[in-house]
Amino acid sequence: MLSQYGFIAVFAVIAIGLPVIGLSVSWLLRPKKPNPAKNATYECGMETIGDTWVQFKAQYYLYALIFVVFDVEAVFIFPWAVAYHQLGLYALVEMILFVAILVGGLLYAWRKGALEWQ
Amino acid sequence: MDYVRDFFTNLAHSWTIWLSTWLPPWATNLINYVIIGLVLVMMPVIATLTLTWMERKVVGRIQNRIGPNRVGPWGVFQALADAVKMLIKEDIIPSGADKPVFNLAPILIFFAAALLWAVIPFGPKQVAADLNVAVLYVIAVGSITTISVLMAGFSSDNKYALVGAFRSVAQLLSYEIPMVLSIAAVTLLVGSMRMGTIVEAQTIPFALVLPATFIVYMLSAIAETGRSPFDLLEAESEIVAGFFIEYSGLKFGWFYIAEYGNTLAIAAIAATLFLGGWRGPWVSEVPVLGPLYFALKTVAIVFVIMWIRGTWPRFRIDQMLGLAWKVLVPASLVNLLWLAVVLKLPVPMLLQWVLALGGNLAVLVGALTLLGRSAKRDSARQVLTVRSQPSESA
Repeated sequence: MLSQYGFIAVFAVIAIGLPVIGLSVSWLLRPKKPNPAKNATYECGMETIGDTWVQFKAQYYLYALIFVVFDVEAVFIFPWAVAYHQLGLYALVEMILFVAILVGGLLYAWRKGALEWQ
Repeated sequence: MDYVRDFFTNLAHSWTIWLSTWLPPWATNLINYVIIGLVLVMMPVIATLTLTWMERKVVGRIQNRIGPNRVGPWGVFQALADAVKMLIKEDIIPSGADKPVFNLAPILIFFAAALLWAVIPFGPKQVAADLNVAVLYVIAVGSITTISVLMAGFSSDNKYALVGAFRSVAQLLSYEIPMVLSIAAVTLLVGSMRMGTIVEAQTIPFALVLPATFIVYMLSAIAETGRSPFDLLEAESEIVAGFFIEYSGLKFGWFYIAEYGNTLAIAAIAATLFLGGWRGPWVSEVPVLGPLYFALKTVAIVFVIMWIRGTWPRFRIDQMLGLAWKVLVPASLVNLLWLAVVLKLPVPMLLQWVLALGGNLAVLVGALTLLGRSAKRDSARQVLTVRSQPSESA
């Protein structure tokens, strides 16, 4: 088991190394002639107006909230799924109750219009 | 002949024996790890070199063109020419960019794309790291992509990039849930998260036992890689290229490589989880066929993904998020619970699988009927609003 994570550690170093080496080689080969017009923000030829960090739609935030709930659910579902064959009938009942509560939350968000893109 | 029959395992075995005659065990292991790592890390790069050519040819044929045919026979070296171009192009960093984050994002996204390959089984016992939490590892590594996309979009100091980053985070988060739930259904059926065990359990490919789960997985996996028709995060005609708009040269190249690497990786994972991975006729006698079957299944799925790209128009963001939360999440939850109920029934395993298949088909038909109805309602509403508006041209 440990040796498998050892491989992943070695592999992670290689996976970081390849793009770094690639970018270094490219740094040696490529031309470097920056000028202010070239480095300006690209906006289809227009000069960009104002700050980039504009106020953004709050809708994204609602999706993120629902996501957190369901992602935590997934964390509980995986150990349950692995051990399911050894567990008794109560595992099924418990998971149905657990999912029912979550689906209740999803239905609430749905009825409240959190899933509608306005 | 016996040596060739299980060529890869025997080759690895004799190589390890040869190394260990003059090296301590830890050094043998380390050298093997580095070699396997170097091979696997090239997978996204190989995927880009081959899949870009394949995609141009396939999409070209779908659009009644012939695709690239100038560089080399049938244009096969087109991708290599592009690679050389990317390597020697000037690197432009916008003056307002947050440089460390801007430079780190392409490295991180490639890192995530490469790391997926560590747990994919290419053949019987031919897996780099046979983790007992392989499925969870795939999900965890896959979500690093989300972070690097947000890093790229946020550090570019460009409004298109920012819009692209927000869209892609909403999309990647939303589609992660149905993907996780459909993978959980496979885990539930097998009772293990180890890729090798999942492949060995597939006496019948799970795509035939859990067709709805397979479709949910494919849809959300396509969305996770940000490919058409879920390519809102790059949407050329709306936000030009989305989060990597300001990248050029090889930094853009790493995003490109990561995208194709991810495409091949999710196709490989789909082949492993749902199509029986390296299983096929005569694999137990001639194990060297395993990787071949696996490659064929993976390429078949990649072809379907390209076919979808050539056929469907892009979704709007409200349609896309609606599809994730209102259709795929409930459908995969129902699938999962029905499978759990079926597995507790005191009947033989084959009957359980048949019942699971029945439930899956019911979910599939139900979801498609509901989708069709809501689409009809939407188009009726649109016709009404168009008619009720006074005509301005008159």
